[in-house]
Amino acid sequence: MADRPDLAGWTCPVPLRDSPVVVMGHGGGGQLSAELVEHLFLPAFANPTLAALADSAVCTLGGTRLAFSTDSFVVRPLFFPGGSIGDLAVNGTVNDLAMSGAQPAYLSCGFILEEGTELAVVGRVAAELGKAAEAAGVIVATGDTKVVEAGHGDGVYLNTAGIGLVPAGVDIRPQRARPGDVVLVSGELGLHGIAVLSVREGLEFGTGIVSDTAPLHGLVSAMLAVTTELHVLRDPTRGGLATSLNEIAGSAGVGISLSERALPVPAEVANACGLLGLDPLYVANEGKLVAVVPPAEADAVLAAMRAHPLGRRAAVIGECVAAHPGMVSVRTGFGGTRVVDLPVGEQLPRIC
Amino acid sequence: MKYLDEFNDPELAAVLLADIRATVTRPWALMEVCGGQTHSIIRHGIDQLLPAEIELIHGPGCPVCVTPIEVVDKALEIASRPEVIFCSFGDMLRVPGSGRDLFRVKSAGADVRVVYSPLDALTIARANPDRQVVFFGIGFETTAPANAMTVYQASRLGIENFSLLVSHVRVPPAIAAIMRSPSCRVQAFLAAGHVCSVMGTAEYPQLAERFRVPIVVTGFEPLDILEGIRRTVHQLEAGRHEVENAYPRAVPEQGNPAAQRLLADVFEVTDRAWRGIGVIPASGWRLSTRYRGYDAERRFAVTGIDTAESTECRSGEVLQGLLKPHECAAFGTRCTPRNPLGATMVSSEGACAAYYLYRRLEFAGGGHHG
Amino acid sequence: MCLAVPGKVVDIWRQDATRMATVDFGGVQKTVCLEFVPELAVGDYTVVHVGFALQRLDEESALATLALFRELGELELEFGDAWRRAAIEAGLHETNGDRP
Repeated sequence: MADRPDLAGWTCPVPLRDSPVVVMGHGGGGQLSAELVEHLFLPAFANPTLAALADSAVCTLGGTRLAFSTDSFVVRPLFFPGGSIGDLAVNGTVNDLAMSGAQPAYLSCGFILEEGTELAVVGRVAAELGKAAEAAGVIVATGDTKVVEAGHGDGVYLNTAGIGLVPAGVDIRPQRARPGDVVLVSGELGLHGIAVLSVREGLEFGTGIVSDTAPLHGLVSAMLAVTTELHVLRDPTRGGLATSLNEIAGSAGVGISLSERALPVPAEVANACGLLGLDPLYVANEGKLVAVVPPAEADAVLAAMRAHPLGRRAAVIGECVAAHPGMVSVRTGFGGTRVVDLPVGEQLPRIC
Repeated sequence: MKYLDEFNDPELAAVLLADIRATVTRPWALMEVCGGQTHSIIRHGIDQLLPAEIELIHGPGCPVCVTPIEVVDKALEIASRPEVIFCSFGDMLRVPGSGRDLFRVKSAGADVRVVYSPLDALTIARANPDRQVVFFGIGFETTAPANAMTVYQASRLGIENFSLLVSHVRVPPAIAAIMRSPSCRVQAFLAAGHVCSVMGTAEYPQLAERFRVPIVVTGFEPLDILEGIRRTVHQLEAGRHEVENAYPRAVPEQGNPAAQRLLADVFEVTDRAWRGIGVIPASGWRLSTRYRGYDAERRFAVTGIDTAESTECRSGEVLQGLLKPHECAAFGTRCTPRNPLGATMVSSEGACAAYYLYRRLEFAGGGHHG
Repeated sequence: MCLAVPGKVVDIWRQDATRMATVDFGGVQKTVCLEFVPELAVGDYTVVHVGFALQRLDEESALATLALFRELGELELEFGDAWRRAAIEAGLHETNGDRP
């Protein structure tokens, strides 16, 4: 593997129309990614299923509703505190399916390997992927392997796609959020992003924080057992909670108002963010979900989440409002208000 | 966490705000110099909680915002060279030069790396003896000691493949320049707490006297900022113009003599251009003669830079408090954080970016008014 | 320019004849250069900017500052109405769950 800097955290904010080439920001999950999808991909593949732009697509095939999703994994480093690219590859797609309320069943897995990568590394990635699949109760049914020349990859790139059955009566998608709906989060924020940053060159720091990568379909089932009236589910990965909430607000045409004091940010995450000048709202999570539910269901759903091992620290963090549609605001601990915008690219450590 | 949580107590914040409200009788315009203070104010919504009579003008204390476009262009040039590993604080990566920024240069294949400390750049230099490692040395007096120590270490340890692209600025000359501006409205300053941790408070009494402005050394947590404002308002209402220290836990009067000694060795004072403002005499630092060999501008002999500042950008006036961001014709339309014309819209605490974030809420009708 | 964070010195050593430390920021640990504050000892608190300790945090000053704020708060209780009114006008009472 070439001695290259870590590329995973870099983005460029210059608008698409000014740049004829792909820039790192196009992969950041923020505004640039959205532009790429909106201007290049949607027009090429125009269809209503894709246009819904949910985490996973719900397709009807022979009378059966299936959720179908794909995700690619280019994380650096491959192995980080609390997990590996293999865990992310399984849990990422499992969670995308779970966000439609589906029970994930089968995954495909594509490996793109860089020439010169140690076979032991590839073997370790595959082993961890296998273990994660077993833990999640999904079957890796099919796969593919390709090799690219040295210098044309980053050791290992993974793609997984997955399918699962959507239960009858379940209609979970971002457009369903309504003013008055309660916004819940399943637990502590910022763990994955900080864990990965802590081992990144030039920024390393010591911490007990480990990635929260986990499959969430069991938690979602527990929530669906108390009500099928879940309006929105989202897993706040790249771009953090702020990105997911902005996307929901935009899709549904509602405003979202958060209470800063209610956000479950663990002290160590807050301190790591304070040290580097980051905002926990933009830090990636890999084992958490955001739920938007009708107010009448909120207590029951919260109780169901807290009863589940992956939802012990679930909390109400805000509500959907009719004001400022498409925008997310936070009421600070001091009574002030600020807007939480969609990030341009990925957050960078700062000194000011 | 100790020394943080106590100074984030909302109950005590209410106490300080009540005192400010009870004291103020007429409008006052205060400038907080430090971008870190601006960030804290915006982040916690502090300015929304202050009585309407108090106006906070966000000053040019953002080294990202004031780094001259020529220096950014030189950084882009140097970073583009194949033998260079260009290291920088994250803040500078999105700042537009004449049409490009470091990110774009990176996407064209340059080796650009974010580091937390200039010492990390030195570590990279040692690990890559066949490459030239350049560190983008921006910042105020708070950051200058770190950059000075890094150059000093490079010299002491004989690390020759390291150099510093210097663009350091000093606060007291900026205060003087702002006060000399004919349309200046600033009546008091919140001095930058961590700058004073390094430099002490010795340079401020003459400024307070000459321009008849209270100068209160202020910290960064919400209670620190409120206390700085509170003490300033008391002075203004009483007609006093003194230097006060509202951040004594981190600012002794003499500052940090060890840091000052090293600064005097590694740097020398020079005139500096501030982006959007112009040249302020004796407002910057450059490497001293003894360490000039570590100057990246010299080592890479960057010439022929033609700068092209956006003609629409009025960030200079914003930085001096002469113009509010939303009074600029390009604000929110041709100039947004997504597509910035100038540095004040890029930096997380640039005044324009700050306004863009929270003023939009008020326009949308959902704002909270304190 | 000013993002400097308080942390606790937990370990000190020398590297290339330079005084270095591990500083703990509430569970997050970073290597920090102590050359500018050489008198720092394990257990001391310091404010750190870009990997350098800039000042020792003075506990007495911190406590004095907080005591001053609390004193102001007591004055508020004494003078009750005027201050309470001012706080309510500012819409602050709702931020404090303990107050009616």
